[in-house]
Amino acid sequence: MIRLEHVDKQYADHHALNDINVEFPEHETTVILGPSGAGKSTLLRSLNLLERPQSGAYQINDETVDFSKELPTSQILRVRRKTGMVFQSWNLFPHLTILQNITEGPIHVLKQPKAQAEQVATELLKQVGLDGTQHRYPSQLSGGQQQRISICRALAMNPEYILFDEPTSALDPELEAQVLHVLLNLAQSKQSMVVVTHNMEFARRVATKIVFVEDGKIEFDGTPAEFFDHPTERIHDFLNGMQF
Amino acid sequence: MWNTIVNSTPEIFWAGIKFTIPLTLISFAIGFVIAVVTALVRISHPKGNPIFAGLWELLKLFLSFYVWLFRSTPLLVQLFIVFFGLPNIGIQFDAFTAGIITFSLNTGAYCSETVRGAISSIPDSQWEAAYSIGMTYRQVLFRIVFPQALRVALPPLSNSFIGLVKDTSLASSITILEMFMVSQQIAAKNYEPLLMYSIVAIVYAVFCTVLSIAQYYLEKYMSRYVQVTGE
Ligand SMILES: Nc1ncnc2c1ncn2[C@@H]1O[C@H](COP(=O)(O)OP(=O)(O)O)[C@@H](O)[C@H]1O
Ligand SMILES: [Mg+2]
Repeated sequence: MIRLEHVDKQYADHHALNDINVEFPEHETTVILGPSGAGKSTLLRSLNLLERPQSGAYQINDETVDFSKELPTSQILRVRRKTGMVFQSWNLFPHLTILQNITEGPIHVLKQPKAQAEQVATELLKQVGLDGTQHRYPSQLSGGQQQRISICRALAMNPEYILFDEPTSALDPELEAQVLHVLLNLAQSKQSMVVVTHNMEFARRVATKIVFVEDGKIEFDGTPAEFFDHPTERIHDFLNGMQF
Repeated sequence: MWNTIVNSTPEIFWAGIKFTIPLTLISFAIGFVIAVVTALVRISHPKGNPIFAGLWELLKLFLSFYVWLFRSTPLLVQLFIVFFGLPNIGIQFDAFTAGIITFSLNTGAYCSETVRGAISSIPDSQWEAAYSIGMTYRQVLFRIVFPQALRVALPPLSNSFIGLVKDTSLASSITILEMFMVSQQIAAKNYEPLLMYSIVAIVYAVFCTVLSIAQYYLEKYMSRYVQVTGE
């Protein structure tokens, strides 16, 4: 279980997270929705400690982070190993082959034997339909393929949660479908996930929980059925705004 | 004239093997290490212990001063200060050592700016992706950022390297018997300055051309991952 209590993040001129209280249940897929600039990325990146809120408590399973204190490096590293991150623009390591991209963390962070890490990587590549690309470089693959590789990179660390920040926003619809298919499989295998997305169909079909964020505040926290079938006026406007 | 060429070229070439090349290689190797260390210290942000952080800031200030100093004064003057000047305060080096020290510090100052720029050119998203899988600062720096930065830095570093080959001719002024000095000595004897200086120019050009070819292959190797073959 991930639990955030009274989490606050203030930029010089902007209150990006305003008293956030929310839970992301284990083995479920929570989808975060909200307009652009709402604070979705800031919220997600705080879970991986790429952003550091100024106050509040963050609990992930048996680990508790107090944002109001200076965090020890050992805790930062521990929390990051528990939370895999998939970025909008995938951010693969361009100088490493696909296999090395996936095994970099297991070998150098988790200190796994190389052979074992490579075996796991190959297994993951098969799962996302990219077996055979092991010895190529990221620049030789399409965006959709690179995003699937970056999902493998996160999975190889065997994290407790995987965080997706608009994983398909930079992709053509056809490539988007391939990536969403991988996410769907993960959701069905009970992988704990938090997904920021603008894809309403994915939210409706895959999410077990919806969190709607606006102006740094959580405006809705409930089931997809409530969200889509009994929207508040504001959510109704938001959903209408997503159509044309 | 043919005889003069045949007699003096090997002598000049030999001076290159004995002094110009070692001066260049040793100075560049040391200079590169200085450059990397200087660049890494200058981009770092120490946290924690305030005394340590304060000392670190002082070190950064000192390194900025060093880079400024060696980039804003002529190399020839630096050579003179180290070889002819420092003995006045009791610090004495033989000519070759003085040459190595000066060339290393000089090329280190220039290359540190190259390395610093190359490291900053690697997008933050690479740091973030590496941090997100739990890597430490050091791992991110040396396993992810540095290899990519080196590719960016290679052309300007090669420029500095080739520049250094030619700059070692200044070592003649502090009594080092490198190629240019030898060609001067021969010219003084045979009254053929045009011929001698042309020969030495050609030998410099040969050395630099070999380096440029090496650079070409190194660049090709380091860029092996950028070529886009598409899908
Ligand atoms: N480094 C920063 N400095 C100042 N403001 C920022 C910074 N990063 C994000 N913001 C602001 O915080 C708000 C939330 O950003 P973000 O979390 O990226 O929104 P979202 O992902 O929902 O589009 C935005 O208004 C953005 O301008
Ligand atoms: Mg965002």
